[in-house]
Amino acid sequence: MAKITYHTHDNKTHTIDIQNGLTVMEGAIQNDIPGIDADCGGGMACATCHVYVKEQWLDKLPTKEDGEEDMLDMAFEPKNNSRLSCQLIVSDELDGLEVNIPSKQG
Amino acid sequence: MNKTDVLIIGAGPTGLFCAHQLGIIGLSCEIVDNLDKAGGQCIELYPDKPIYDIPALPECTGEELTNNLLQQIKPFNVKFHLNERVEQLNKVENRWHVKTSGGAEFDVAAIVIAGGVGSFEPRKFPVKECENFEGNSLFYSIKDKSIFKDKTISIFGGGDSALDWAIELSNSSKVNLIHRRDGFSGAESSVQKVKKLNDQGKLNLYTKYQIDSVSGDKNIKSVKIKHEEGEIKEIKTDYVLGFFGLIMQLGPILDWGLNINKKTIEVNTENFETNISGIFAVGDICSYPGKLKLILSGFHEGALAARGCFKYAKPDEKLRFEFTTTSKAAHERLGIKK
Repeated sequence: MAKITYHTHDNKTHTIDIQNGLTVMEGAIQNDIPGIDADCGGGMACATCHVYVKEQWLDKLPTKEDGEEDMLDMAFEPKNNSRLSCQLIVSDELDGLEVNIPSKQG
Repeated sequence: MNKTDVLIIGAGPTGLFCAHQLGIIGLSCEIVDNLDKAGGQCIELYPDKPIYDIPALPECTGEELTNNLLQQIKPFNVKFHLNERVEQLNKVENRWHVKTSGGAEFDVAAIVIAGGVGSFEPRKFPVKECENFEGNSLFYSIKDKSIFKDKTISIFGGGDSALDWAIELSNSSKVNLIHRRDGFSGAESSVQKVKKLNDQGKLNLYTKYQIDSVSGDKNIKSVKIKHEEGEIKEIKTDYVLGFFGLIMQLGPILDWGLNINKKTIEVNTENFETNISGIFAVGDICSYPGKLKLILSGFHEGALAARGCFKYAKPDEKLRFEFTTTSKAAHERLGIKK
């Protein structure tokens, strides 16, 4: 279990306990957090679960797999701290993670 | 006006198999899709990637799956209307009249929406002013490349479309290629070609830059690009092209009065009919308790929806359950000669 904080574009903050093994994307979808579309359902094929990770977490996250950076090219306003939330699998190590959800997914 | 029993919206695997199921029970159908080819997400998002969970097919790619389905529906001569998006829906007595973006009109007894996550549309620039120039000096696809001759073109993106057009247009135009990082997702051979053209001064490559703003009057005059470190460059340009792939949007279907829940259409699980009689939804676009977004679920849903369409298309006839192995009627429809 890990506490994940989602900052949505409407300046609201949602802190939620998410079970290990789910992805940060699934945590958002299951808890009705707005702003993550996840059109492809977690297949790293659409870039509509794009989030900005709080800087201090960047190097604590699992490294990007081939293909994630390619998909991020398609995302709306990608930055250096952009990740696809479907690729972030929740574990105890991610307890306290904070992500910002962009204004749009596409 | 195209008169047929059923209109299928979406030519992905679910729509294609639903056409097969309609054909088997003796109903005619036509298919509309916004893409220029059949296959839906399978062909647009992962044509070369393997799929491992199609029953009785241990492994196949999105493209192979699509080709197999097209072959399976060949006997029914299904008519496709590609590059068209459904727009308007009207009930006329007990039939539906549907109009598409391209002006095609349909008169049908029932509609099956197999629209996936919506129709594919190009992803656009995040900069608001870009809308003002869209269609005259800013494009997301190229229809007529002759307009670019001897002009300055600024291309954004790092995939195959961006690279291929940068290479091709550099023959007869001044090309700037702008991409957000040093790596590219396009083919390595194209990346090498672009780098070579850049070294020879035949193309200007700007990496780690993204669009910041565009300016001009009627047409674009210049574009500002911003480095990841914050530095801004202004480039004079006649045209701006953006190639960021496609995104799926639900579009005009949202206004049809269907019960929509989180971008999906609510259906019953008996025949996958929506809250509107005669309109069915199958595949990724439908939702019901326990819904799995798998291709195999879409096949099941399409088979039941096809049977649900029967009473609207042939109200005076009764549908009898038959197996394709032994049904004479099915063999005739499949054109099997004994």
